[in-house]
Amino acid sequence: MVHNNVGVIITLLVIAGGLVWLLVRSFRGKEIDRRVIFLFIMVSVAAPLLATITFKFTATPIVEALYDKIEALPEGSTVLLSFDFDPAMAPEVQPMANVVTRHCLEKNIKIVFMCLWATGQGQLEITLDQVLRRDFAHKIDGVDYVNMGYKAGNEGVLNVIVTDFEKMFPTDVNTTPYGDIEILQGVNSCKDMDLIVSFGGGRPGIKEWILFVGDPTGVPSAGGVAAVVAPQLYPYYPRQLMGLLGGIKGAAEYESHFRERHPNHADMDTPAIIMMGPQTIAHIVIIAFIIIGNVLFFMNRRRGARS
Amino acid sequence: MRREVPLIITILVGTVLIISVFIPPLESLGESFTLFFDIIAVFAFFLGGGNLVRVHVLKLAKKKRDWPFSIVTLVGFGVMLAAGLFKIGNPGDIAASVTAEGSLFNMIYRNVFVPLGSTMYALLAFFVASASYRAFRAKNREATILLVAAFIILLGSTPFGAWLTIWMPESMSILEIPNLAVWIMSSPNMAGQRAIMIGIGLGVVSMSLRLILGIERSYLGEDGA
Repeated sequence: MVHNNVGVIITLLVIAGGLVWLLVRSFRGKEIDRRVIFLFIMVSVAAPLLATITFKFTATPIVEALYDKIEALPEGSTVLLSFDFDPAMAPEVQPMANVVTRHCLEKNIKIVFMCLWATGQGQLEITLDQVLRRDFAHKIDGVDYVNMGYKAGNEGVLNVIVTDFEKMFPTDVNTTPYGDIEILQGVNSCKDMDLIVSFGGGRPGIKEWILFVGDPTGVPSAGGVAAVVAPQLYPYYPRQLMGLLGGIKGAAEYESHFRERHPNHADMDTPAIIMMGPQTIAHIVIIAFIIIGNVLFFMNRRRGARS
Repeated sequence: MRREVPLIITILVGTVLIISVFIPPLESLGESFTLFFDIIAVFAFFLGGGNLVRVHVLKLAKKKRDWPFSIVTLVGFGVMLAAGLFKIGNPGDIAASVTAEGSLFNMIYRNVFVPLGSTMYALLAFFVASASYRAFRAKNREATILLVAAFIILLGSTPFGAWLTIWMPESMSILEIPNLAVWIMSSPNMAGQRAIMIGIGLGVVSMSLRLILGIERSYLGEDGA
């Protein structure tokens, strides 16, 4: 769906016209200055954001698998959501964290939040603000969800919580003792979780969750990661990694899928769907530049052969 | 003794951690060792912070190149440290979460660190575009295969890819760009990734054995000599 049609059409025409002009120049063997490329990328990213170009998405099986898993969990199940990312990855990963958190809260699933990255705690607060405190204010800390915060130690943390959660997290982030947290009654280790979802893109991340927790315990594990990391995780899918949101497209698919099936959330924030506009146009522009680069390469080679 | 003690610790801890996986009674010992590691990991923050201050104070003192940036680093470090340690503006008491709503730490994190981090990452888009234009050229057969795969993946990750091949009949759906992109990711990519992972796994096993057996000593410094 394209809004603000006139502005969008003019912008797209300017971009397309510019690219055609560069293509014609490349036939004459003229290189493109990198500042011109930067200008095209700037326009192709900024214009769709300003004009709000959005598209409709269909969930791919790997995204749908996570959606279906959460959908199938009975009310009162416990899901562990680990925020293992920083502000650099946030534009891609935060929308995934937000929509999965929203889905769990909508299904009345209990959530244990934690972080393996120090910056994860700040990102978790953003999700709590944008989703939980805004649209699920009736949920009670310690009863419907708990924030265990950050612990240093990377894989070392996982190695301990796989058998004893309290040993690593004796209190939650507000220093409430483990034994006094209602949601954690009956949760001794990660083995007592019904699903583990890690949001990240670096190390430690979903790969470490699979190696140290998911695979040894058999607890279903899923993830939401930056697009550059997704290809590295395919070897774990579908047995060890039951679902994966890869990049902003994965997040957009999940948002679209969730919104369609939960009409009461029709007016929820959909940052991933909005960000897919700039990504789509920027990808097309990059493809155009690759084509222009190759035209230039073959023209120069032909000239070299002639001379 | 400077070399023997770390060697003995490495051999002991490595052996116990491996054995504890196979012998359940030793599981708690393995857990305790992991907990020791986590405690030691916390001390790395002190070392890291101390080192950061030392490097930048020296740079300032000697007025080395770009020294004004060191002032920014030190002020940023000091302000965030104070905001986090003393929970400035935190609505709760000293026991409340460091990132609690309303705290100075949270305010700086969201309004300075988050936009700066996102901006740095966003710059990649410009460099990726420029690098793609210069590097993605069909110079030979292998480069052409890479180029075609990149095209399909790029198109497949946008709705535009689906539009391009929407006219295809159902019997040819495998050739639709999004399906081709999924196939590339789940077949050739997965095969390559698995090969790399198996290689890394074998490398990790052999390196771990070298460490536990005391053959690899480079971590002791000065080539372990």
